[in-house]
Amino acid sequence: MPGTLTDIINFVIQTALALVGLDYARVPEMLRIGAAMLIACAAMLGYVAVVALFFGWAERRVAGRMQARQGPNIVGPFGLLQLIADAVKILVKEDIIPQTAHRFLFRLAPILVFMGAFAPFVVLPFSETLVVSNLSLGVYYALSFAALEVVGVIMAGWASNNKWSLYGGMRLAAQMMSYEIPMGLAVLTVAVLSGHLNLRTIVLDQQGHWIFSWNIFRGFPWAFLGMFAFYLAGLAGSKRTPFDLPEAESEIVAGYHTEYSGMRFVIFYLSEYATMYVVSALTAVLFLGGWHAPIPRVLAWGGEVHWEAGPVLSALIGMANMIGKSFFLMFVMLWFRWTYPRVRVDQIVYLCMKVLVPLGIICLIGASVWALVL
Amino acid sequence: MGSSEPLQYGFANILLFLAAAVGFVVFNLTLGSFFRRDRFDPEKMKVYECGEPAIGSSWIRYSIAFYRLALVFLVFDVEVVFLFPVVVVLKRLGWLAFGEIMVFVVVLVVALIYAWRFGCLEWITAGMEKDSGRSEPGGTVADRARPC
Repeated sequence: MPGTLTDIINFVIQTALALVGLDYARVPEMLRIGAAMLIACAAMLGYVAVVALFFGWAERRVAGRMQARQGPNIVGPFGLLQLIADAVKILVKEDIIPQTAHRFLFRLAPILVFMGAFAPFVVLPFSETLVVSNLSLGVYYALSFAALEVVGVIMAGWASNNKWSLYGGMRLAAQMMSYEIPMGLAVLTVAVLSGHLNLRTIVLDQQGHWIFSWNIFRGFPWAFLGMFAFYLAGLAGSKRTPFDLPEAESEIVAGYHTEYSGMRFVIFYLSEYATMYVVSALTAVLFLGGWHAPIPRVLAWGGEVHWEAGPVLSALIGMANMIGKSFFLMFVMLWFRWTYPRVRVDQIVYLCMKVLVPLGIICLIGASVWALVL
Repeated sequence: MGSSEPLQYGFANILLFLAAAVGFVVFNLTLGSFFRRDRFDPEKMKVYECGEPAIGSSWIRYSIAFYRLALVFLVFDVEVVFLFPVVVVLKRLGWLAFGEIMVFVVVLVVALIYAWRFGCLEWITAGMEKDSGRSEPGGTVADRARPC
């Protein structure tokens, strides 16, 4: 069975070249690895773009349904082609940089934000085999690179030389920084139960008895609470309602991206959806059993029926599970937006410092005891 | 661990992803520049502050509350970073390591209680400090915030 995504891509290239009559084994190894890496990277970039565009459409549809209206439904079936129309429109939009802005930092900010949103995709597993790079420091890497986004947003707020942008950037800095603590503590809860930071090993540990071997139930009260702390912190980190103070339109216009328009604005928009996906996928991987299906692998009707899938089928099933769980959690984020009003700045600090941080510390201590006793 | 690829390829992947992120942004902006038409207009190049002419620069001093929160964040984030290597090997090290790391955690919990008690976790801005209308047991919020 192929070990990693690189092996699978190499296998596909080898088969394709063999059909044309070329021997792939004669290509130098460095080139083969490089080609596989490039293809994997391009695939993930495409995936991010598709997810972001799809949720750009889904958000408007869901919003429409929840407010008893239609949402985009004219262009294409269910309005699905709306996102292509939007992409074309954005491409031809004017690129405006205010005269008083700091031009270099203004241009650099969207790049940093997108880097922070895209980097965690290196370690997100889709199934046992479908992962770009199986780093042993998986979660740690994902968390630390997600923090790059804060730098980009502060930069955007400051470089715009606009008061709204400055307020938005500073609010986001305060919010994202403080919510990294409960997020880290929730990840520690899982790490102590599993003893690994590698995302693949964490998911493999959750295999077994239906949903009861998933981390939320395995380390019952602690990881269960930890999941809510992680998801809430992630929600705040990806600037979603009810934590969308950095872009509160009723107070500070559009927050840190007030001055951004056209393609540069879309990069921020894309990064927001990418971050939402990363948070959802990490929640699924850490707490909700990753690519394991919520139905038992061993079905007992009269006699015991063992059900085992081949490598290709199990990769596909794993991918379906993983994407299904992530998309459901993203849908919950959209749902939140039309359910809860925005909270105040002091409430955000209260929730983080006085609720989630003590909760995270208690969860961590409890899970440590669990890990040593069980 | 089940990792079949050497470590350096993993980090090469990270480098490639970061480069791809930069490339993606630059590519899209460049692609757009072939289609879009930029019309210069002095009004358009001004910053948008609800249509009013902007008064002064925005590179000003802002609320100290953000700075205080950043300091609290720094303490606890460093705590989390130090805890990462310990929790991974906790099962192998056993109760002694648990006791030792608890000492570390308890010291920080005491710090959290201290910060809480003295109002460092309250969100106080300059405007709120002036009006002492919010009275609570132990003085106003602003009073309690003074020691830090």
